[in-house]
Amino acid sequence: MIRFLAAALLLSAPAFAQVDFSGSWAPLYHEDLPDRLPGPELGDYLGLPLNDAARLRADSYDADRHSVVPEYECRPHSSDYSMRGLANMRVDAIREPVTQRPIGFHTRMNFQEMERTIWLDGRPRPSEYAPHTWAGFSLGTWNENMLDIYTTHLKESYLKRNGVPRSDKATFTEHWVRHGNYLTAATVVTDPAFLTEPLVRTQTWILDPAQQLSRDICETVAEVPKAADYVPNHLPGTNPFLHEVSNWYGLPYDATRGGAETLYPEYRKKMSKPEHPRDRCERYCSCGAEGQICISPTAPPPDKR
Amino acid sequence: MYQSYSSPAGQAVNRKMTKNLSIVTSLLVLWLGRASGQPQQNFDNVQIHVEPVQHNIYMLVGAGDNTTVQVGSEGVLMVDTQFAPLAPKLMAEIRKLSPGPIRYIINTHVHPDHVGGNAAIAKLAGSDPALPLKIIAHENVLNRLTATAPGQPRFPEEGLPIDEYATPTKSLHFNGEAIIICHEPNAHTDGDSLVLFRGSDVISAGDIFTPGGYPFIDIERGGSVQGEILALNHILQLAVPAKTQEGGTYVILCHGRICDDADVVECRDMVVIVRDRIRDMIQKNMTLDQVKASKPPGTTTPSTYQPTASSPRTDLSKRFTKAFRHRRTVGGLHGETEIVFLHTCPHARNDGRNLCAAGSPSSCRVTSSNAWEGGSAG
Repeated sequence: MIRFLAAALLLSAPAFAQVDFSGSWAPLYHEDLPDRLPGPELGDYLGLPLNDAARLRADSYDADRHSVVPEYECRPHSSDYSMRGLANMRVDAIREPVTQRPIGFHTRMNFQEMERTIWLDGRPRPSEYAPHTWAGFSLGTWNENMLDIYTTHLKESYLKRNGVPRSDKATFTEHWVRHGNYLTAATVVTDPAFLTEPLVRTQTWILDPAQQLSRDICETVAEVPKAADYVPNHLPGTNPFLHEVSNWYGLPYDATRGGAETLYPEYRKKMSKPEHPRDRCERYCSCGAEGQICISPTAPPPDKR
Repeated sequence: MYQSYSSPAGQAVNRKMTKNLSIVTSLLVLWLGRASGQPQQNFDNVQIHVEPVQHNIYMLVGAGDNTTVQVGSEGVLMVDTQFAPLAPKLMAEIRKLSPGPIRYIINTHVHPDHVGGNAAIAKLAGSDPALPLKIIAHENVLNRLTATAPGQPRFPEEGLPIDEYATPTKSLHFNGEAIIICHEPNAHTDGDSLVLFRGSDVISAGDIFTPGGYPFIDIERGGSVQGEILALNHILQLAVPAKTQEGGTYVILCHGRICDDADVVECRDMVVIVRDRIRDMIQKNMTLDQVKASKPPGTTTPSTYQPTASSPRTDLSKRFTKAFRHRRTVGGLHGETEIVFLHTCPHARNDGRNLCAAGSPSSCRVTSSNAWEGGSAG
């Protein structure tokens, strides 16, 4: 009898679902708020282990591309960035109809209505010849109460919204941890084309049961007449905006250029002095404090907009 | 914007370009000449991978080359035939998809990894006068295949695309859908065709680009950068992405994975931006050696990257050296900068395995990076 009960208990236990992530989640922007809400400054590569190829390509980025090239207008963030970007998220569990075991989580972001599936059933990955997508192909495995997710088959996209590239050869690992109503997601991006070390970032979300994701319907429109072979870009050495971030924040220019070396404390001993040191904060000084939005001297206060 | 050829400065540029062109041509001749002496690739261990694409379209992957196959009640249509030794393996996989007759072969261009299997497939397909096999290509492909250089073997007659076309487009209806073949002048070569399967919503685009790499522009056979850009833009005109700018129309290239509109945009932007950079150097009166010494996009080496199991090492040091030639119409009506990707590999695949196929230049090197260092990031 005892054996029977033990067997019944074992069979009724969830096979792999340790934590339920389903629900509506709102991102908390206390971490890296200016980088995530208004968006990163042009030329801000701080904290990114970039190689020269990525740096050159980011320097060539001209934000006009989003206006001039219609194909960019309705692109969503890719899944490695979407956990960091500005969008709320709903997570639904996908259950096997008979056993009701969760075999995956389906996520939906309201920005561009991006959808993604994280499979938990160990299904084989698509072949190397299969199309790549913004979401990529994600498989999750449980590490006690933490969900480890490994994603491949990503489309080419960006590490930051200021043109820092991320190649279609990149993969990333996530670690999702739930503490009550908080979800912390750590993402580790590996990119053999543009990163010399993995890029590690964390984001925190809070459960928001009253949240309703709105529709975000996007259709491309050719708004600016252009020649078919015109793509806005800055030629090497001609981007006039690259020093803005170091000047505005009083940072050494070479530090803003990123690179693995600049990630570590030892770099402080050798980094150059700022070209325009600041004795007080003048830009995005109160971001996120007590729920405030970002305020910068270059932007009118919220009530004047 | 452009210097006039009639001005002294323009004439200087012209002389410089002529000199550079001769260097480029010499290098290309040397390069292509070596190809003929290259030992044949061993195809014994090649296995054909069948990747379903959409509706009744499949992509058959061989030794780094892709064949598009459409199957249906009327038979089988193939786009490109890879190398002759692979024909039995290709046919074996096609027979798993359809027992129907091989009715059409469409060659996207003249390179041997695209036409090499024509005759062998024709032989394996058998002949039925009621269901003849037609081999279609742009007439420039036929012209090049029949213009054999002295001492070189003739292309097998039964594999010649004698159902050639000389118009901008050719269309047919097969297996319940319209199929439109478009000539893309002077892109990868002067005989490029892309094939639009209108019902299945798939484009087979030959070597017009390779995902994750620089395009190989064969100027010796009529390719050009501007033609490449026009061809990429034509694909973008034909392709309609689904929601969030992905999926919808799928694009099959002859090398690499299945692509869609967003992938074509990345490639188009890359070619445009690299062209802009090289053109800027030309306008600064830089010589070919100066351009090469300036390490144009794609020549830096991320030497500190440590590979992981899932991310093969990127070896950019083996990548690209570029030369260029430049010509323009007096009066500035249009200009064209042609970048010659001298050491790009037309048969490189994304996975980093050495798939430089027979017929590739001896300088062919496989790369696994798309770090072209210019262009879009969104």
